[in-house]
Amino acid sequence: MLLEIDNITLLYGRIQALHGISVNVAQGEIVALIGANGAGKTTTMRAVSGLRAVSSGRVRFDGVDITRMRADLRVIQGICQSPEGRGVFPGMSVKDNLEMGAYTRRDTANIAKDMEHVLELFPRLRERFKQAGGTLSGGEQQMLAVGRALMSRPKLLLLDEPSMGLAPMLIQQIFEIITEINERDGTTILLVEQNAQQALSRAHRAYVLETGKIVKEGSGRDLLDDPAVKDAYLGVA
Amino acid sequence: MTDVRTRWRDFRHGVSQRWDRLPKASRIGIILVFVVFLYALPNKGFYEYLGLPVGEYIPLYTTRNDMATVLFQCGYYILLALGLNIVVGYAGLLDLGFFGFFAVGAYTVATLTSPQSKIFTEYNWLESPWPWLAALPLAIALSFAAGVILGFPVLRLRGDYLAIVTLGFAEMIRIVAQQNDWIFNGDRGIPNIGRPPGTNSDGSAIFQFDAKPYYWLILTVIIGMVFLIRNLVRSRVGRAWIAIREDEDAAELMGVPTYKFKIWAFAMGAGIGGFSGALWAGQIGFVNASTFKLEQSILVLAAVLLGGAGNIFGAILGGFLVIYVPEWLRSVGDVFGLPEQVRIAGEPYDISATNLRYLFFGIILIVVMIFRPQGLWANRRRAAELKDREKEAMVGA
Repeated sequence: MLLEIDNITLLYGRIQALHGISVNVAQGEIVALIGANGAGKTTTMRAVSGLRAVSSGRVRFDGVDITRMRADLRVIQGICQSPEGRGVFPGMSVKDNLEMGAYTRRDTANIAKDMEHVLELFPRLRERFKQAGGTLSGGEQQMLAVGRALMSRPKLLLLDEPSMGLAPMLIQQIFEIITEINERDGTTILLVEQNAQQALSRAHRAYVLETGKIVKEGSGRDLLDDPAVKDAYLGVA
Repeated sequence: MTDVRTRWRDFRHGVSQRWDRLPKASRIGIILVFVVFLYALPNKGFYEYLGLPVGEYIPLYTTRNDMATVLFQCGYYILLALGLNIVVGYAGLLDLGFFGFFAVGAYTVATLTSPQSKIFTEYNWLESPWPWLAALPLAIALSFAAGVILGFPVLRLRGDYLAIVTLGFAEMIRIVAQQNDWIFNGDRGIPNIGRPPGTNSDGSAIFQFDAKPYYWLILTVIIGMVFLIRNLVRSRVGRAWIAIREDEDAAELMGVPTYKFKIWAFAMGAGIGGFSGALWAGQIGFVNASTFKLEQSILVLAAVLLGGAGNIFGAILGGFLVIYVPEWLRSVGDVFGLPEQVRIAGEPYDISATNLRYLFFGIILIVVMIFRPQGLWANRRRAAELKDREKEAMVGA
C-alpha cells in the first residue's frame, strides 16, 4: 500500500471531526472519498497532507510513518495536495504559481520539462501564463491548483473538490484530465468530491463518509449501483 | 475625478514603460545622479549653487528645524520601515510592536558605550565603555535574537492574535526600561552614549553635534540595505515569504516550511530595527524609557502601509513621509502667515501648525488610505491580492 490511514481521529477544539477513519490507497489507484458537507472528507485530506494534526491513529506513506511529520516534509516524501476552492496564490502569475509547486525540487532542467507537460495538460494555462492567479476564472484557478500540485512530481496527488463551483462542461473536462494524469503518468490519486457521480465513475475504489465515519467502501462501479448510495448522493431513487 | 485618475494611471504607466526601455547604463546613471542628489541634500553649498535662497536654515522648508537633523530622523525611520516591510509587506505578519526591537538596539548600544551606564559605574562588569562600532554588531545580534525568541511562540498564532502579542511585547520592553533601575535607569535614562568613530583631517571627530555626517552614514546604510533586501526577496527565501503572505495553507502544501520562514522574516526585520536603534542612539547620545512609546510602533506601521507594503521603495517613501510631512507642516503657518492662536469668546485656542501637525498628517493618511488602499508606491502583485480579497469578501457577503 502506498498510503495507509489507520483508524485516525481528529478534534477541532472539542468537536470531534473524525471518528476512526481507515483508508488504504494502493500504487496507481484513483481512490475517492465521497459524502455530504461536514462528513469529514476535507479533514481526512488535511490529516494526510499535514495541515491538521491527528489526535490518534497512524498514517503511513510509502512504508514511512508520517503521522507526526510536518506538512512541508511530506511534500518532499511525495505527497502534494491541491487545496479546495481558491487555493492559488492570487498575486503570483500562472508561471510563478507553477514554479511554487516545484519549490522543494532542485532539478532545474526537469522542472522546465514538467512545466511544459502541465501546460500541455492545461492549454488554458499557457494562454494565461503571465496573468495573476487571482484574475483567472474559477475553472482556470482549479486547473492551476491541480497543475501546481503536479509540479512537485508527487507520488500521491491529493485533490480536494476539483469540481467545486465549475460548470458541467468543465467538470467533465477536469475529470478527464485527472484520469489522464493517472493513466499516462501513473500518479496515484486520492480525491475528495461532492460530485459523487463523476468521482465514482472515475475512481477505482471509493469510501463513503458520514459524520466522521466510513459507512461504505467498495469499487467505484459497485458504489454507483448501490441503492443506498444512489439514494443519498446520486440524486436518483 | 475618474478622468484625473485614468490620466494619472496612463502617465505612470508611460513613465514606467519608458524606464523599462532605457538601456541599463542610463538607468544606472540616473540612479547614481539621484544618489548624489540625496547626499547633497543637507548641504548649504548645494542650494547656493542652485541659486536658491539660504537663510539661517536650508530651504525645502523644514524651517524650524535643521535640515540634516530632519533628514537623519527620516533616515532611521526609513530603516525601520525597511525592516518592518519584510515582516508586514513580504511575509504578511502584522507586527504592532516593531519599535520594541528598535529599543533593544538602542539600549544595547547605550548600556555598553556610555561611561555613565551602571554597568561601569556600579557593577564594574566591564573595564571600560565599548566603542560604538564594537557595540553595533551586538545590538543587531541581540535584536535579531529578540526577534527569534519572540517569534518562536508567537508565530504559531495568526492574524489578530499575532498583532496583540507583538503589541504587548513593545509595551513590555518600554515598561521594563521604565521600571528597571537596575541597568536601564528608567526615565532618567542613559546619557553620553558613544558615537560612531572617525576623525576629520584636522583631528576633530566627524560624528559630533552636526547631524550631517549621521545622515550620510544612515543614507549609506539604507543603500546597502536596499541591495541586501532586494537580493533576499528574489531568492527562495523571498518567494517563500510572498507565498506565505498570499496563502499560508497553500504555501505549506507546496512544501514551504512556513513556521521557519516566518521566524526568519521576523528576526531579519528585528535585526534591521535594532540596527536603526543603534544608529539613532549614536546620534542622539541619550536614551530613556519614554522614547519608546506605542505611537512610534504605529507610526512605523503607518509608514509601511502609506508607502506601499511589499515594495522596498514604497517603504522608503513611507518612512520619509511620516517624518518629513509633519516636520514640513510645522512651517506651513509661517509660510501663510497664520497666527499661532485665535480667541473664541475670550478663550485662547492653539492653532499653530506645529502643534496641530499630527492632526493634518492624520487627515492626509486617511485620504490616502481611502483613495489608494494599496499605498502610494504599491507592489503590483500585492495590489492584485488586495483586489482578490475584496472579491472574496463580496462573494462571502
